[in-house]
Amino acid sequence: MVGEVTAAIVGSGNIGTDLMVKLLRAGGLVRPRYMVGIDPDSDGLARARRHGLEASASGVDWLLKRDPVPDIVFEATSARAHVQNAPRYAEAGVRAIDLTPAALGPYVCPPVNLDVNLDAPNLNMISCGGQATIPVVAAVSAVTGVAYAEIVASVASKSAGPGTRANIDEFTATTASGLREVGGAARGKAIILLNPVEPPMIMRNTVFCAIPAEAAEPGPVRDAVTASIEAMAETVRSYVPGYTLRAEPQYDPPDARWRGMARVAVFLEVRGRGDYLPEYAGNLDIMTAAAARVGELLAAYLAGPRPQVTA
Amino acid sequence: MSGQPAGAAVAADGHVRLTDSTLRDGSHALAHQFTEEQVRAVVHALDAANVEVIEVSHGDGLGGSSFNYGFSLADEFDLIAAAVAEAHRAKIAVLLLPGVGTVDDLARARDSGASVARIATHCTEADVSVQHFGAARDMGMETVGFLMLAHRIGPAELARQARIMVDAGAQCVYVVDSAGALILAEAQARVAALVAAIGADAQVGFHGHQNLSLGVANSVLAVQGGARQVDGALCALGAGAGNAPTEVLVATFERLGIDTGVDVDLALAAAQDVLRPTLPRLPNADRSAIVQGYAGVYGSFLLHAERAAQRYGVPAHEILQKVGEAGYVGGQEDMIIDIAIQLAESRRP
Repeated sequence: MVGEVTAAIVGSGNIGTDLMVKLLRAGGLVRPRYMVGIDPDSDGLARARRHGLEASASGVDWLLKRDPVPDIVFEATSARAHVQNAPRYAEAGVRAIDLTPAALGPYVCPPVNLDVNLDAPNLNMISCGGQATIPVVAAVSAVTGVAYAEIVASVASKSAGPGTRANIDEFTATTASGLREVGGAARGKAIILLNPVEPPMIMRNTVFCAIPAEAAEPGPVRDAVTASIEAMAETVRSYVPGYTLRAEPQYDPPDARWRGMARVAVFLEVRGRGDYLPEYAGNLDIMTAAAARVGELLAAYLAGPRPQVTA
Repeated sequence: MSGQPAGAAVAADGHVRLTDSTLRDGSHALAHQFTEEQVRAVVHALDAANVEVIEVSHGDGLGGSSFNYGFSLADEFDLIAAAVAEAHRAKIAVLLLPGVGTVDDLARARDSGASVARIATHCTEADVSVQHFGAARDMGMETVGFLMLAHRIGPAELARQARIMVDAGAQCVYVVDSAGALILAEAQARVAALVAAIGADAQVGFHGHQNLSLGVANSVLAVQGGARQVDGALCALGAGAGNAPTEVLVATFERLGIDTGVDVDLALAAAQDVLRPTLPRLPNADRSAIVQGYAGVYGSFLLHAERAAQRYGVPAHEILQKVGEAGYVGGQEDMIIDIAIQLAESRRP
């Protein structure tokens, strides 16, 4: 079928399964064809088969023996696994959209930098916390300088599978890099917490940006920062409907306790669509929704008229 | 995992190892404003008293210096190096909360001379520490696991989490009463469950707080239940209503014939003559701190709640009560501001 781009999802856990649901529902250019896991009893593989995907617990070896191999692979395993798998995808000519914090390819955060190089063999989706918070940092830094951005992501324990749990350090490092490279902050720090409370807490994110003193005072700069944050939240809501500001941005003047920095604090809630895990798992939703969006963009590029390649 | 489990070595003779956390947990009470001079003086005094392990880090562990937890006055790696330089016998320990600090931070601490890695998670989330225990052992550090807010789950479940840490490389696992909420038998039952589950492979420790004034009593019961490592802080300096005071633990244990190897007079002098004159404020069991123990709220939330109370004009104890109801865990200091904003909005006419 002309214009159709096939995809494999590697990793049949929470993130991979949620992504499959989104790709199937979207019915766009990306057709999920394969699902790969390592646990033959995984719920994700069973669901994939029910939806007509070819599914296997035999890992990437199995996938790369398919004929044809997929055009795109979505990696939803762990950073460590992706570091091993990425060269094999590249060798097979399969484009990778990486949902782990392995950070091998350029960072992509759809509302901020969709102008990435689509010829790159590997695109990195940063982290769930990054997808939730980097748009806000970018919105602030579009108006005023952000000397330092710090984010705190809190997710329900039930929404954090083994890959996420094994990758806590990679999460903090990759998210912090994303705050700088995509968010535009001079320095970045990321913190993640898992909370087991019942009923599970909805994903929460707090963004602290150090800003110039005048931007924290009532006036036109501050109003522009607030407007920029609110417009960005609206943009994110176009693909993550449950993305909301819990309160107005909170401005505080320079404070000795903060090494003389003034700051704006933004409190976010990300309620998921309940595609695979219930709606508390906004962390899944924002990651898979962003990855699906990047997948569509890449598919359009791959299916469309290709630029002439000169030898 | 390398090296041998530390379990049996000191357990057999009934020796209890004290770890003083004045320069880590106590950092909460000073909003992380310790100076190098204070660190040197306290380490010198504790080392002279023969306290075996001294913990030095931001209150929220390595990498904790932040908007969310408060910025450190001095670089913590400089403070660790100063502590190492000052200590002749004592080992210098650091705390690390996965999700806040990283293995890179731990490596820097080791390079600064720290030799004990204490890795802390919420009591139900031990598996996020696996990579950190592995890295700490690979670096040749002694390892201690910290199961925080241990009152939130029962003894059997806590013991299962301790097993995860031991399998990952922990040589001791602590029952950490971060809210000062455990009451006597509740503390002892948790310690006993851990001893039964991991005692053959690792030691068990107890970290007590004073919110309900039971830090020392719980520590005694913990030792009688099989704990072989116990934490304290001079002058009770610590989060919430403060920690079990090191100098009271030393005196009480000596009266009970529990061997810590620490000199009572020198421990009392360290508290009274060295630390106390430098402190602007001592922790105490005021209304907010008692609410923390009563509602089971993470100790270090106290000063953050007081600041949010001032900023948004709502009472700190009400914020803390709501934090307890919401079940927030250690590290979620940002949610205190969120709750204060919501409380302020709900009071608006």
